[in-house]
Amino acid sequence: MIKTEQLTKRYDSLTAVDDVSFHVGPGEVLGFLGPNGAGKTTTMRMLAGFVTPTSGRASICGHDVESEPLKAKAALGYLPEGAPLYGEMTVRRFLEFIADLRSLTGARRSQRLGHVIEHLQLGGVLDQTIETLSKGFRRRVGLAQAIMHDPPVLILDEPTDGLDPNQKHEVRTLINDMARDKIIVISTHILEEVDAVCTRAIIISRGRIVADDTPTGLAARSRYHNAVSMQLEQPAQLAEARAAVAALAAVAEVEVSERDARLTALPRAGATILPAVSELAVRAGLKLKELHLESGRLDEVFRTITA
Amino acid sequence: MRNVGIIMRRELASYFATPLAYVFIVIFLFLANVFTFYLGHLYESGQADLYPFFTFHPWLYLFLIPAISMKLWSEERKSGSIELLMTQPVELSEAVLGKFLAAWIFTALAVALTFPLWITVNYLGHPDNGAILTAYLGSIMLAGGFLAIGSCMSALTRNQVVAFILAVVACFMFLLAGFPLVLDVFRSWAPQPLIDAVASLSFLTHFESIQKGVIDLRDLLYFAMLIAFFLLATAIALELRKAD
Repeated sequence: MIKTEQLTKRYDSLTAVDDVSFHVGPGEVLGFLGPNGAGKTTTMRMLAGFVTPTSGRASICGHDVESEPLKAKAALGYLPEGAPLYGEMTVRRFLEFIADLRSLTGARRSQRLGHVIEHLQLGGVLDQTIETLSKGFRRRVGLAQAIMHDPPVLILDEPTDGLDPNQKHEVRTLINDMARDKIIVISTHILEEVDAVCTRAIIISRGRIVADDTPTGLAARSRYHNAVSMQLEQPAQLAEARAAVAALAAVAEVEVSERDARLTALPRAGATILPAVSELAVRAGLKLKELHLESGRLDEVFRTITA
Repeated sequence: MRNVGIIMRRELASYFATPLAYVFIVIFLFLANVFTFYLGHLYESGQADLYPFFTFHPWLYLFLIPAISMKLWSEERKSGSIELLMTQPVELSEAVLGKFLAAWIFTALAVALTFPLWITVNYLGHPDNGAILTAYLGSIMLAGGFLAIGSCMSALTRNQVVAFILAVVACFMFLLAGFPLVLDVFRSWAPQPLIDAVASLSFLTHFESIQKGVIDLRDLLYFAMLIAFFLLATAIALELRKAD
């Protein structure tokens, strides 16, 4: 359980995090979204006990991060932004160092070391120094460090930042694997990530929480929610199609993209337009390459909320 | 306190993972011998003791110790690894102490490697080996004082060069605290007790008797308290600025 109450961090004149309160329970994967500089990292650093809050409280599994820092840290696995590591150490030495700091001993120590090495596929690079590793491997070492002691709570600050699509996919698979029995908070500004791994998303802007919802709930706030998008085979039909669709009573607005001969019809609030639009397409003899119902565009919601 | 040992071992191993340790040891041994034979005239003095050797230690340390201490915290802050370290279940004091001890042990190792000099004077004559041992102890205490100051300066900045310069200047002030160069700054305005207090902080005064082989508990206590004070200052500086 992660709990924050009116968590606030001020630097001189700048309020980096302003009155942030939320709870995260078991089984939840919380996506922490926001533009750069919105306060995501500062919030996570306060949860991890690296930055002291100006006011307000935060606790990890019931342990206040300020009054019981060691207990809070013991319950937490944390991946700092950019996954800083000790470059001159070999992967093996580094993981052993972390295991020692996490007070793992005897059979449990070797079992956990074996587990993270296997789980993050670090077996092939154990005796390489960390500075010689690729970005993807370094991120994996950072994740291995975070899950070394099998913590109930994981906080990962931009775990996929700077990785290529394959590596992103790997990290997301890992997070999904761990999601069942852990509380996970990840920060990101990549919106597809929210759909891929999160059960809940908090959007933060200028230090304040501006939305707290499920990914589906957020998408539903989009003006593209339940919009119908179709692509025509003949761009010449575009103008005609536009006029016909715009004439439908439930359609609020029609957007046209000449480039790919695409037409998007946005519904009036609460209206369902898919049957009407598809019927019209048949009636007007429009040749369609594709027709689909949109669930909403997260990036548009994100921009609207944080602008 | 178990973490002190874990952090110390990691730190010590990291010295030897880069050329830094070897370069430092070679330069230290080279300069120590140059000072002893060319400036200290060990042979020409005709006495079987290591006074010409120890008398240059404060000056040798003035530039070499900051080269060790500059990376203690600046590097962690620059690379961000301080965030990794401080979000493990570790007390700040354990980290400060562990890193300091690693640097101290490393310096002590470099000092211990000057043992051929000690063998040389024993071969040439009959030195007072107790006095030599005392002087070695004093030298290592002195190195500890320099390192603690350097640790504090390193905690103040992310830039290692700045940390080096700050440490050299601070150590220089402490070296010469008993001399007119520093005391004149205070003489114009400070009351006499303060001037005396500043003068009593001088490294050279406290090192003087130890290097001759005289152990005064007050001198040892002086270095111990100096180390404790600057390690505390390191912890405070880190607490305030670690995330900047």
